[in-house]
Amino acid sequence: MPSAQRLPRRKAGCGIAAITLQILALAPVPGIAAAERTRTDPVVIRIDNFTFAPQTLTVAPGTSVTWVNGDDIPHTVVAQNKLFRSKTLDTDERFTFTFQVPGEYAYFCSLHPHMTGTVVVKASTD
Amino acid sequence: MHHHPDSPSAPGAVSRRGALECMTWAGAGLLWSLAGGLPSAVGLGRALAAETVAAPFTFLQISDSHVGFNKPANPDALGTLREAVAQIRALPEKPAFIIHTGDISHLSKDQEFDDADQILRETGLPLFFVPGEHDLLDDGQGRAYRDRYGKGTRGAGWYSFDRQGVHFIGLVNVVDLRAGGLGNLGSAQLDWLERDVAGLASSMPIVVFAHIPLWTVYPEWGWGTQDGARVLACLKRFGSVTVLNGHIHQIIQKVEGNVAFHTARSTAFPQPAPGTAPSPGPLKVPAGELRRVLGIASVQFVRGSEPLAIIDTPLAG
Ligand SMILES: [Cu+2]
Repeated sequence: MPSAQRLPRRKAGCGIAAITLQILALAPVPGIAAAERTRTDPVVIRIDNFTFAPQTLTVAPGTSVTWVNGDDIPHTVVAQNKLFRSKTLDTDERFTFTFQVPGEYAYFCSLHPHMTGTVVVKASTD
Repeated sequence: MHHHPDSPSAPGAVSRRGALECMTWAGAGLLWSLAGGLPSAVGLGRALAAETVAAPFTFLQISDSHVGFNKPANPDALGTLREAVAQIRALPEKPAFIIHTGDISHLSKDQEFDDADQILRETGLPLFFVPGEHDLLDDGQGRAYRDRYGKGTRGAGWYSFDRQGVHFIGLVNVVDLRAGGLGNLGSAQLDWLERDVAGLASSMPIVVFAHIPLWTVYPEWGWGTQDGARVLACLKRFGSVTVLNGHIHQIIQKVEGNVAFHTARSTAFPQPAPGTAPSPGPLKVPAGELRRVLGIASVQFVRGSEPLAIIDTPLAG
């Protein structure tokens, strides 16, 4: 049985831990249909209103996908097969993963698991 | 196991079946008092004015402080926590202890925990915690929380204790969340819970507290616990069960048989009512209206099948 917590004294000079995130100088690519892509331009998935958009994204192998959190609440991006897992993304923070191998990658937010999405990696059939 | 120095009677020997009463206000949380007989609703204003509160035993619930949050919905979450603590200190009847139902911090940073601790300890009251999902965001996925608050707990931080003939159970339902799912307790914790209550007399009042609501409030926003039903099955035989949660930053209540469910307000920012906004994100209100939205509510808890009575009174305005 635990006893009630005794709160520690404030530590002097305790700094805020720096969050190191992969920051890319990456502009969203306009005019590219999100649903079906065959080129390897970097692509952005927006996180707004607790939703990944587009929820399903199809890219060619070698494409870098960047998630950007537009909410006032932190989110994460976690692959269900554990291939990738972002740090906690606070407002406007981003996470990038480059997909090399064709397949379907289901992912979710580990804080709000009702938030789900899928990246489909598919070689061009042209 | 369930003995506490403050409760000399053995588990199962407790015959008192008190009713729980609570009143809530603006983020200061809930003040619960345990007394025999029917409680009457008491607003904070009256409680502050009263010479004495006719209750032999009270405790507080405080929730979702989100220390470190500084977005438009409340640029100063630390300040509103401070206000909540000031209100607690002003209570004429000192509560026995405080239960914090999680999201102490916003991003699990040391500085956030330090700031929260610094303010909460000014209550001068013992504190019991369970983590919210915002408290487990460190690289160790909860190591920071467990190092600070997890002493004497099991697993991800669950535990139980007895006070004044009441059995309190703190559960963790924010770990190991699965895609598409809700809050999650897991079989190890549920097995422990079954053993934990096995020896208790059915007449013993039970208070369960956890961050995410243990019943399904709104699954579209993840407001529920997927294996919460097993908790209720475990506690079915008890005459008085009170379930206290946070996470949704608003008061929602339900009474089902002998079980009363109650979610507390946040001390940091409000969230929209289920389904009334595109997302459960922080609800932005005009600057002068934050405390009005947080408001004051007194809640009357009547053990049994009667609905809870809520009296809302805004803090300001
Ligand atoms: Cu929360």
